[in-house]
Amino acid sequence: MSTTETYSHIQEIITKQFADKVFNFQETYGMLSFEAPKELNLEVLGFLTNHPELGFAFMTDLCAVHFPDKKGAELQVVYHMHNLEKNVRIRFKVSTAIEDPTVASAAILYPTANWMERETYDFFGVIFTGHPNLKRILNVDEMTYFPLRKEFPLEDQTRIDKDDEMFGRGGNLLTQSLQN
Amino acid sequence: MFDARTPIPLPEGSIEQQTTTLNLGPTHPATHGVFQNILQLDGERIVSTEQTVGYIHRAFEKLSERRPLYQITPITDRLNYCSSPINNMGWHMTCEKLLGIQTPKRVDYLRIIIMELSRITDHLICNSIVGVDTGAFTGFLYVMQYRELAYEIYEEVCGSRLTTNIGRVGGFERNFNNTAFTKLEKFLAEYPKVLKEFENLFNRNRIFMERTQGTGAISAERALAYGFTGPNLRAAGVDYDVRIHSPYSSYEDFEFDVPVGTTGDNYDRFMVRNGEMWQSLRLIDHAYKKIQEFKGAEAEVFHAEVPEYYLPKKEDVYTKMEALIWHFKIIMGETAIPAGEVYHSVEGGNGELGFYFISDGGRTPYRLHFRRPCFIYYQAYPELSKNAMLSDAIITLSSLNLIAGELDA
Repeated sequence: MSTTETYSHIQEIITKQFADKVFNFQETYGMLSFEAPKELNLEVLGFLTNHPELGFAFMTDLCAVHFPDKKGAELQVVYHMHNLEKNVRIRFKVSTAIEDPTVASAAILYPTANWMERETYDFFGVIFTGHPNLKRILNVDEMTYFPLRKEFPLEDQTRIDKDDEMFGRGGNLLTQSLQN
Repeated sequence: MFDARTPIPLPEGSIEQQTTTLNLGPTHPATHGVFQNILQLDGERIVSTEQTVGYIHRAFEKLSERRPLYQITPITDRLNYCSSPINNMGWHMTCEKLLGIQTPKRVDYLRIIIMELSRITDHLICNSIVGVDTGAFTGFLYVMQYRELAYEIYEEVCGSRLTTNIGRVGGFERNFNNTAFTKLEKFLAEYPKVLKEFENLFNRNRIFMERTQGTGAISAERALAYGFTGPNLRAAGVDYDVRIHSPYSSYEDFEFDVPVGTTGDNYDRFMVRNGEMWQSLRLIDHAYKKIQEFKGAEAEVFHAEVPEYYLPKKEDVYTKMEALIWHFKIIMGETAIPAGEVYHSVEGGNGELGFYFISDGGRTPYRLHFRRPCFIYYQAYPELSKNAMLSDAIITLSSLNLIAGELDA
């Protein structure tokens, strides 16, 4: 079977189970991706893993993306699942509002999700309910914000108000020459 | 002032505690990197382990959101720095996938040579360090001169050694010169003997076998559940290799074996890595022969014809208007990048290194996520080291091939 056929077959199986609850099926750059409401995330993951024809049992990756413009669905959690036997990959997404960033944790089902969810919490503030040990992992525990959210832009590299002469920006010499 | 008559206040419950708490790391010579483990010890036996990671977190994913494509390549160097060329090329191939660039066969084969060389240097470090941790320093020093030779080959190709920043989107910055090929021939001629001798030193060495067999073992089921990839997964008996499952850079043109283990213990991990080095040599040899078959103009190809993304030659930048324009446009990230999301993975030195790249069409990635294999499998360490002797847990830590740079991103 060609990949496109495989993907339409997979899509059929998934829509048969979840009807119109799953949406936005897309095939981008050789990977099928779809979305579901966040309440269904464990149900969908369990179905992807346990269905005899799908068998996406290996969790390759879990991360989040922040879309500040999508009101009510600002944070998106992305799962990459892999069927190692048939060598097919699939991408599955759930979205959550930033005011209530809770998503059910998959760490009990997939031990590998444990740290990946901690990392996602650490950087995006997605609260994975039911996680055995949801605390920061790469950043310091005292941190009060979630740095990968888009409201924290990196410093503008062209700013000149800093006295940072040794690093080639601002500094007394440059400010003086600008004033003259 | 200290008064000997007043008792030192101890934390509550510390007298009744039956175990000893030991802080292993973050800067302990035996951990080969910045890893902290808070161990609960019963005598010399480990009861539980709590890991702390993130000591050298450098915000790579955040930084990438402000950088045009070529400025991200040096970031990937600093993931698994024992095999930076694989990371660089993995990143360039991710960009090529997004941009729809087809690379010429010669470029693919040259890339395979460099990637397999770096797999050898990566495994070489890991295996010889396992040797050091079991008390054999000789192997480590003996093989280092061949890592040096491999680094000299990188130097001929890109000018640097450890953090290589090698290649471009679409190929290499320059063609391989004769010195690079001469050094490669030297490597191919001499390294097998050295590797054989390295194996003689360890494979059937009684002390080494008794130290490594049966320690740090993991079953295939648990390894898969923990998201193991690369040699660590293969040592547990699962023959998953990205080079075969989703071939990139024309790996499908080559024939090679995937060594697998059975028990997933430290000895099997060591043997799988050794086996992979032989396979890498076979791949390099084969790729080099294929490169010599190119004749005429084809034999000079070292990049795809994509002026929008491939940095022009420096001489041209200084003398030709068009090249100068492209140079500026590429460096400032002004060339068009399609919107879309792409996941691409390569078989890195220690597992599946994935790049999840979301582009909104802007000059920098909207989001870039690195799937870092050792971040994912390091989770299993408490399970691997439970009930082990402290000295065996040290070997386990080394034989997992943990690289702090990749772990902490």
